[in-house]
Amino acid sequence: MLDDPRLWQIVALSMAVSLSAVAIATLIGMPLGAAIAVGRFPGRRAVIVLLNALMGLPPVVVGLFIYLLLSRAGPLGALGLLFTPQAMVIAQTVLVLPIIAALARQSVEDAWREYEEQLRSLGVHGWRGALTVLWDIRFSLLTAVLAGLGRASAEVGAVMIVGGNIDGVTRVMTTTIALETSKGDLPLALGLGIVLIAIVLALNAAAYLVKEAAERRFG
Amino acid sequence: MILPLRLENVSFRDILKPLSLAIEAGPSTIILGANGAGKSVLMRIMHGLLAPSTGSVSWQGEDPGRRQAMVFQRPVMLRRSAYANVAYALKVAGVPAKERARLAAEALEEVGLRQVAHRPARVLSGGEQQRLALARAWALHPEVLFLDEPTANLDPGATREIETIIKAFDASGTKIVMSTHNLGQARRLGDEVLYLHEGRVVERAPIERFFAQPSAPEARAFIKGELPWV
Repeated sequence: MLDDPRLWQIVALSMAVSLSAVAIATLIGMPLGAAIAVGRFPGRRAVIVLLNALMGLPPVVVGLFIYLLLSRAGPLGALGLLFTPQAMVIAQTVLVLPIIAALARQSVEDAWREYEEQLRSLGVHGWRGALTVLWDIRFSLLTAVLAGLGRASAEVGAVMIVGGNIDGVTRVMTTTIALETSKGDLPLALGLGIVLIAIVLALNAAAYLVKEAAERRFG
Repeated sequence: MILPLRLENVSFRDILKPLSLAIEAGPSTIILGANGAGKSVLMRIMHGLLAPSTGSVSWQGEDPGRRQAMVFQRPVMLRRSAYANVAYALKVAGVPAKERARLAAEALEEVGLRQVAHRPARVLSGGEQQRLALARAWALHPEVLFLDEPTANLDPGATREIETIIKAFDASGTKIVMSTHNLGQARRLGDEVLYLHEGRVVERAPIERFFAQPSAPEARAFIKGELPWV
């Protein structure tokens, strides 16, 4: 089974979709979380509660929402993205963004308590303060990225709905596992499950080692 | 010149009672008082980190925020090299990139940290980190330097090094405003004393007179308690 090129194509697409979604969500979510952590604006507490609640968004609901946006009759239908890997990246980005932003918000807010007086004394305000803290705690923020990656690589519902699980085009590990299980091909489903777990484990181990080395290096 | 600094009827919640005073250029001012007397809050109001509940704080001249610096009891260092921490402060202050390297190197030299300039700031010892905080202030050439119990967490050796640097600031013309409850340190570094008791300035006097014949009974008791052999 492991020498089946179709299997590795599925694994590669899964990782490409999930890593792209996590990368985009990190680029947007980190500054967003930091801005909410450091900023003082009306409705801030409501925003925080909302953001935390969005961490629990059901993937199928996100899938449905993106499906409606991208379907031919939908507002973004003209882009023709439905049932493409790009649509899957969009859906997973929406799913992962609140997780990364909410965890970054919490980490930056905790760190801000330590940094605030010193930075304000130096004349640091607003965006610069948020970005300085974000950069300073970047290695502990790896945990937020990993949480997002875990969510993206494990979900089935969103990619199934917006991708359509088309063989050779939008079929990823989780949708294949669901399909093969329902067809009764348990060895393939199980094999993919083990590959999926191994990849997630390897990425987490790498991130842990990076974080540990950084802590030794920078204190 | 941003001095004199004037506080008019400044109070803060129930920690500081309304007080008016001026901080003039020249003599080093030591803010003395027991824990909870309001020393830190008073300095933070002067430096602009806290807004007073009532009253006003006024500096002279343009952009006073840029012309003052503060060193805290526990220095906060960014996770980058000692040098980069000083350079960061210069960058925030708007110093052109070309001059940052020279000013940062000079400041590190001044506090004796040239050897560890490229070590990560957070792995330096407590005394070294506090010297780095002073280097960060030194590089900015402030007109006024606030120090909030800068040696409270340090051993005698490190304390001596910090005091030497504070004297260098004083000699270079920077106005020192420092809180401490170390009377020996107050004597070594101060020219005048502001004595705070329960949120009030109960005495302000030149350092020698303050120790020789304090007029406020609270100040007398404080000196007796701290120096029981006097």
